[in-house]
Amino acid sequence: MAHDNLPAIFHHFHPIEDKMLQIIDNEGNVIDKKRMPELDDEIIIDAYKQMLYERIADEMAVSYQRQGRMYTYTPNIGQEAIHIAAGMHIRGEDWLVPAFREMGTLLAKGVTMKEIFLFYLGNEHGGSFRNIRNVLPMAISIGTQFHHAVGIGYAVKYQKKEEVVFTFIGDGGTSEGDFSEALNFAGVWQVPVIFTVQNNQYAISVPVQKQTRSVNLAVKSVAFGIPGIKVDGNDFFAMYLAYQIAVDYARSGRGAVLIEALTYRLGAHTTSDDPSKYRNEAEEQLWGKSDPLLRLKRYMQSAGIRAIDEEQLREQYREEIDRQFADAEQEKSYPLSDLFDHMYTDMPDELRRQKSEYEQFLSWKEKRR
Amino acid sequence: MSVMTMVKAINNALDIKLNEDQNMVIYGEDVGMGGVFRVTEGLQRKYGADRVFDSPLAESGIVGTALGMAVSGLRPIVELQFEGFTFPAFNQILSNVARIQNRSRGKYGAPVVIRFPYGGGVNALEHHSDSPEALFAHIPGLKVVIPSTPHDAKGLMIAAIESNDPIIFMEPKRIYRAMKQEVPEGKYTLPLGKARVVQEGTDITVVAFGAMIRECQTAIALAQQAGISVELIDLRSIYPIDREAIRTSVRKTGRMIVVAEAHESFSVGSELIAIANEEAFLYLEAPPRRIGGFDTIVPLAQGEPYYLISPERIFYEIGKTIHF
Repeated sequence: MAHDNLPAIFHHFHPIEDKMLQIIDNEGNVIDKKRMPELDDEIIIDAYKQMLYERIADEMAVSYQRQGRMYTYTPNIGQEAIHIAAGMHIRGEDWLVPAFREMGTLLAKGVTMKEIFLFYLGNEHGGSFRNIRNVLPMAISIGTQFHHAVGIGYAVKYQKKEEVVFTFIGDGGTSEGDFSEALNFAGVWQVPVIFTVQNNQYAISVPVQKQTRSVNLAVKSVAFGIPGIKVDGNDFFAMYLAYQIAVDYARSGRGAVLIEALTYRLGAHTTSDDPSKYRNEAEEQLWGKSDPLLRLKRYMQSAGIRAIDEEQLREQYREEIDRQFADAEQEKSYPLSDLFDHMYTDMPDELRRQKSEYEQFLSWKEKRR
Repeated sequence: MSVMTMVKAINNALDIKLNEDQNMVIYGEDVGMGGVFRVTEGLQRKYGADRVFDSPLAESGIVGTALGMAVSGLRPIVELQFEGFTFPAFNQILSNVARIQNRSRGKYGAPVVIRFPYGGGVNALEHHSDSPEALFAHIPGLKVVIPSTPHDAKGLMIAAIESNDPIIFMEPKRIYRAMKQEVPEGKYTLPLGKARVVQEGTDITVVAFGAMIRECQTAIALAQQAGISVELIDLRSIYPIDREAIRTSVRKTGRMIVVAEAHESFSVGSELIAIANEEAFLYLEAPPRRIGGFDTIVPLAQGEPYYLISPERIFYEIGKTIHF
């Protein structure tokens, strides 16, 4: 399929050849100077801080769950470079259609940790992200969100707006029919959607080799006539460049892009999962060397970027996150009407009857005490 | 007034709303050329291919993208080609379209109309003769609407499009062109969730909807000759269901049968019997009954006469309940 003005990078890293865009190595050395994004030191420091914030918030969320103060949680650890690089490219009115493992991008869009905590405390008010424009709630039903992103893309194009839609999926999600259908619709409709596959190697316990015989996941774009690229998802600069190019491509009306971000889920699938049952420590240690925070920190050190007081920063973040968790914990009120109020814009009589009958039971129960 | 078939009446409703609302779009398989039943005929020519268009052949994609359009300000009307092909979209309908409003605490709604032809009696291939209304009515967050006449089809369709909740709009294909009726040319709506008393009577209540209304009317003529006065209620809306209409009628007649093409067990009829028991128990003179399809796969054309409910069968069942 012909692409007008397809950026050269999509030719150079054509997914059929299974090449991967990588700019710094595990030691933080620049291995692709030509493609290194030109970023001010302060922007790099800011990116690192955002990644650190996500890391700490994530560790604390797992800890709250372990303390029995929060329900099932889906850790993000190891995938922060993807989330923060995407977040740095989302403009105010751009859309975010999340799966459920891109916390840093949600934060960049303006969602607060309090809302995220409230969601994992079992309250829909948290997951609605109602104060932030153009963010959909998290999608637990794997892959379905890809279609929503394409529909939003159609609306954006129809309304002649310049918004771009960011959406995410995991490696397992690429096996869902909705993944392929959505890429197909996006190709036909030529909509401004950036699809990110976070290939973190596992769908719960199933390794990516059992999901597909494709040479990689980016290659799935080829059949649908949209550009795709495989990127080192633990390399902040590579992810930054990939989003820069993809956003430019989509915003200029040329259509959708598929980014495969190769990464590793350093934590469990959820707090109910035990990765030791299906993967070994040697593998985890190997990927640990590719930790996106370590790599960026090493780069910053070797590039002579001014040092930040990380211990002090960690302390500051911990206090702030703990305060947000305490706020979320305070919101214990969940009135009966919360179940009913948002089912329909005008509540059907059947729901009114069911609610009122339950209220009668409650008042009977109250009198019985 | 203008004489219209149901196909024409729905087309007219879509035309009126497309003309009125720039944010409305219509798409689905073959919709550009008018759809396999020609319900969208002429609309692409009139409103352009960015508002009325063919989608790729993928029902989950059709419904899933409609949700995306709806949350970002459009009013999509999607056509699924037959009831048997709604199931690839079932996950999007159940897991997302019906839930987004609640999941987002009202931040986003899904003002989507999902319309498709359904039901038997057209000598069709497999997957083209089913009546899955109960499957959709069981999903919290949806409204399920079924018209039985051209006049109702137009008024209900306009109301469905104007509703801010997601609507499953099921069109009885058997009567798409089987009857013509005077239909007002201008815009009008009928309330969603309200049944219509088609004919008043005193001895027994017959509740039906869609293509079964016509069959019931033929049966009622037979009953009248036998001296039985039948009240016929057209549900129009499966969910919300009009509890009040059932209460009023069954308290008056003391008897009820429900006539519907769908498999009898766990059907709309089952729900109506529950309502009759809850609302009119002390008024009942005979057990309320369901007259439905067997709990079998809807057969191909040669077997369909057994499966479909004929006026004669309805008359027979009326008699059984009267003489209980």
